[in-house]
This record gives sequence, structure tokens and C-alpha cells, in this order.
Amino acid sequence: MKSVAVTNLSIALGMGANVANILPDLSFEVEKGECFGLIGESGSGKSTVLRCISLLLQHWRGDIAIGGTSLRDLSVIDRCRTVQMVFQDPYGSLHPRHSVRTVLQEPLKIHKLDRRQERMEQALEEVGLPISFLDRFPHQLSGGQRQRVAIARALILEPDILLLDEPTSALDVSVQAEILNLLSDLRRRRGFTYILVSHDLAVVDYMCDRFAVMQAGDIVEVLDRSALVNDSATHPYARELISASVAYDRAS
Amino acid sequence: MIAPTGPILNVKKLNVSYRTETGYTDAVRNVSFTLGREKLGIVGESGSGKSTVGRALMRLLPSARITAERMDFEGTPLLALKEKQMLDIRGRRMSMILQDPKFSLNPIRRVGDQVAESYLIHFKCSKAEARAKAMSMLEAVQIRDPERVYNLYPHEVSGGMGQRIMIAMMLLTDPDLVIADEPTSALDVTVRLQVLNILDTLVSERGIGLIMISHDLNLVRNFCDRVLIMYAGQVVESLKASELGKAQHPYTLGLLAAQPRIGGSRAPLSVLDRQAAWETPLEAVQ
Repeated sequence: MKSVAVTNLSIALGMGANVANILPDLSFEVEKGECFGLIGESGSGKSTVLRCISLLLQHWRGDIAIGGTSLRDLSVIDRCRTVQMVFQDPYGSLHPRHSVRTVLQEPLKIHKLDRRQERMEQALEEVGLPISFLDRFPHQLSGGQRQRVAIARALILEPDILLLDEPTSALDVSVQAEILNLLSDLRRRRGFTYILVSHDLAVVDYMCDRFAVMQAGDIVEVLDRSALVNDSATHPYARELISASVAYDRAS
Repeated sequence: MIAPTGPILNVKKLNVSYRTETGYTDAVRNVSFTLGREKLGIVGESGSGKSTVGRALMRLLPSARITAERMDFEGTPLLALKEKQMLDIRGRRMSMILQDPKFSLNPIRRVGDQVAESYLIHFKCSKAEARAKAMSMLEAVQIRDPERVYNLYPHEVSGGMGQRIMIAMMLLTDPDLVIADEPTSALDVTVRLQVLNILDTLVSERGIGLIMISHDLNLVRNFCDRVLIMYAGQVVESLKASELGKAQHPYTLGLLAAQPRIGGSRAPLSVLDRQAAWETPLEAVQ
């Protein structure tokens, strides 16, 4: 279990006159074993934060510390064993011509881990897929099963921190329930730290203990889960977002 | 136009099958419903055939086999029409709003011209008249600066604005039936509510029949008058939206229970326990 501390993170994308400050100056902390949510409308920079933490974007300024160590001081191997990411679209994040076995084996090879077959079987078992799925290709899997494979791929290196970028927004409600159950069950058993990006407040409320509301690359407010029910948000944008979501959810 | 009391759509035993290598597979089986001047929601998960119903009504499935005992649009049997006659109906008397404005607007034409095009095609008028019509329609979907937006290209408008432009385009010819296929699932919550409100106002004001295809139970419950729930190509249940809480079919109940709620419990969400019986034909019941 490791904590995450992001301090004064900033990043600009684009060249010359078209430079856009995606994240002007962002700080937040996630305690170990916590599930922290990031919400906001599209373009508010939620996914960019995850891409910075996973170093998919490298040229940010500021500091990201994981369990007290700065991210930049970790070697690639150590970093990947600590931080893993699950992407939004299970249809796009698996290589169409790689079998599940190839997908799961690659990180094991890179990290020179032993007991490969055993680890692969264990990872599949953990996400609730039969072991025979090792020899399937993505087109032979449903959306929910693909997302399970993507989660298994992230779990197989036994990371401490899992970055979840809208893990269920491409899935149906019925499948979403399966994936959310799986994620919260894994957290309970394995004590992961999650950072979850979502635009669905109901999902954030179900998964997270605390969440940050983002607007135009800035965190406008960090709220406790209870703030949704108690209506204790103070920033006008956070209030608008919450009331819109609650109004949408209300009739149920 | 027919008397406002008559149903806009009368569909009985609609079957759609897609051609595959080995023959035909059924995508929609025995779907029957009527639609008055109301908002009807069709809900189901991906692959349940809800979009196929919408496309079959518009006759947009050239390679599929569509059969129905009845598929009447304001008294006209749609299946008996020639493609040429269909062109006069499609876009004029019934139109379809698609899911993602990014993919459904032509990227190399100004959005305003695309809106005006539907009017130019279906009505005898000058370009200037069509432009004026389009402009006022853009205003009706609450685009603040229609003069400026008219000349923009699709990549220059946001998702919410793109979807409002789609709505403007589809309502410009004053159709009697609008089929909205997941009109807001590409949008954020706040924008989604705005777009829905606009659609709601326009549809009620003009007395348009609306079919809303969605996988989002909350949306349908808040927005529609009636709901059809589809599973594996069949309508398993048909309910008033306000009575969704009283649903009987295990699939509907499963969908409702699988949804996380704001302020709801943290207990594991219930997961659909799919039963083969749901897929057996329901003729006996209907």
C-alpha cells in the first residue's frame, strides 16, 4: 500500500501560439488504501492527471510522490511495478491480434518474473474469468470480459496503485455492476490505492471515499463522499455538477 | 397531416434479420407497439436490437431482411413503399438523431449549410429562405449566436452544441416522428440535461412523436412517457415510465438493481442472472 502526493503539477500541450495550459497548477493527496475520485466535464483535465502520474505524459512540472519517493526517481521497472493503469475503452486498449496469454505474458517477461503460467492463471481467476480464456483473442470476448482482461493485465505485476480512467463508461449498466463489484472486492482483498476518473457521480459515490471536482484543469473542491448526500459542497461549479447529477438520479 | 388522435406509428410483429455467412440471424423478433404524440423510450443493453428497431423504421438497413405484419406510419405501410417514396418521408416526416455529432455531421461542410440542406431538399424555396429558416431553428435550440455558429465547421463546435445542431437539423422540416438513438450518451451530465430540456420543449410544443433509444434507465424514466424494455431482440416488458418501479420482468428488475445510486448503499451491486428463458419467443404471452 502506498500513498500518492501530487504537488504543483502543471503541464502545457501544443506548440508556439497554440500552447494550452491543460493543468495550470494542481495539488492533491491520496492516502494509502484510499479510493480517490476525479470528476468534471470532458476537457477538464481528469485523464491528463492520470497520464501524468503514469508518465504517459512526461514533460510536466511539479512533483508526484508515491509512498514518499518522487516518481521521477523510480526506475521504469520499479515504477511499472508500483503504478498500473486501466483505460476507458476495452475495445481499444487490447491489441486485436494478441491473445490473452500474450497480453498477460508481456509484463511478466519484461519484469523477468517466475511462475508465469501460475501467475497468469491466478490473475484470470482474480478477475473471474476461466483459465481457458488464455487462448482467446479480444474479438472472442464481450466488452465486460475485455475490461476484465485489461484489469488482469494491470494486476499481474501486483502494483500498489491502480489508475482507473473511466473503467466502466463504455459498458452497459449490467456489465458495469460486475466490474464495479470486482474493483471494490479487489481493493478490499488486496488493499490497492485507486485513483478513479469518472463523469458518473453515482459510480464515484459507490467506489470512492473522497473525490475532487475539476474544472478547466484545476481542482475547485475536494469533497468527502458524504457531501453528496449532505449537500455540503461550497464551490458553485461543484454544486452545479452535483445538483445536475442528483436531479438526473433523483427519480430512481 | 392526419387527425392528431390517430397513432403515428403502428408496428405489429416486426422481425429484422441480418445476413451472415451461414444464413440469417434474427436481431429483432416480434416487436409490436403503437406510438401516439408521446415520448416512447426503448431500453436495453448493447446487442438487444433497440437501434435496429429504429433503423428498420427508417428503412436504413439495406442488407437486412425486414418483415412485419404491420408497419404503418400515419396510415402508410412503410414496407410497401419504393425507395423513391421513402426519400420523401425520410428526413421530412420522420427523422433520426444519431448518437455522436462528431461522426454524424459532415466534417467538410459548414454546420449551418447542413441544417439548411434538409429544408432545401424537401421544400420549394430559395437558398436565402432556407438559410433564414435554419438560423431561426438554431436559435430555437438555444444557440446564442446563430450567425457565427452557422459558418462554423463541425470540428469547431463542442459536443453539446453539435448535438443541438443535429436536433435543429432534424426538427427543421417539422417531422411527425423523431427517432433519437442515444442522443446524449456522448455528452456530460450538465450538458446532457440542457440538451434533453431543449428536445423536450420542442417535441411537446410541436406535438411530435418521439422514440428515444437508450441504455440509460434514469434518462428514460425522467424523460419519456412510456418505456419498452428489450432483451435479445424482443420486447420483454412495456410500462409507463412513472411505473418503472413496479416492473415485473426479472430482466428489468435486474437492470434497475444493477445501477449504483448517489447516496445508495455500498453493498455489492446485484448482477444480472441471465436466464435462457428470457430469450424464448414470447408469442404465447402476447
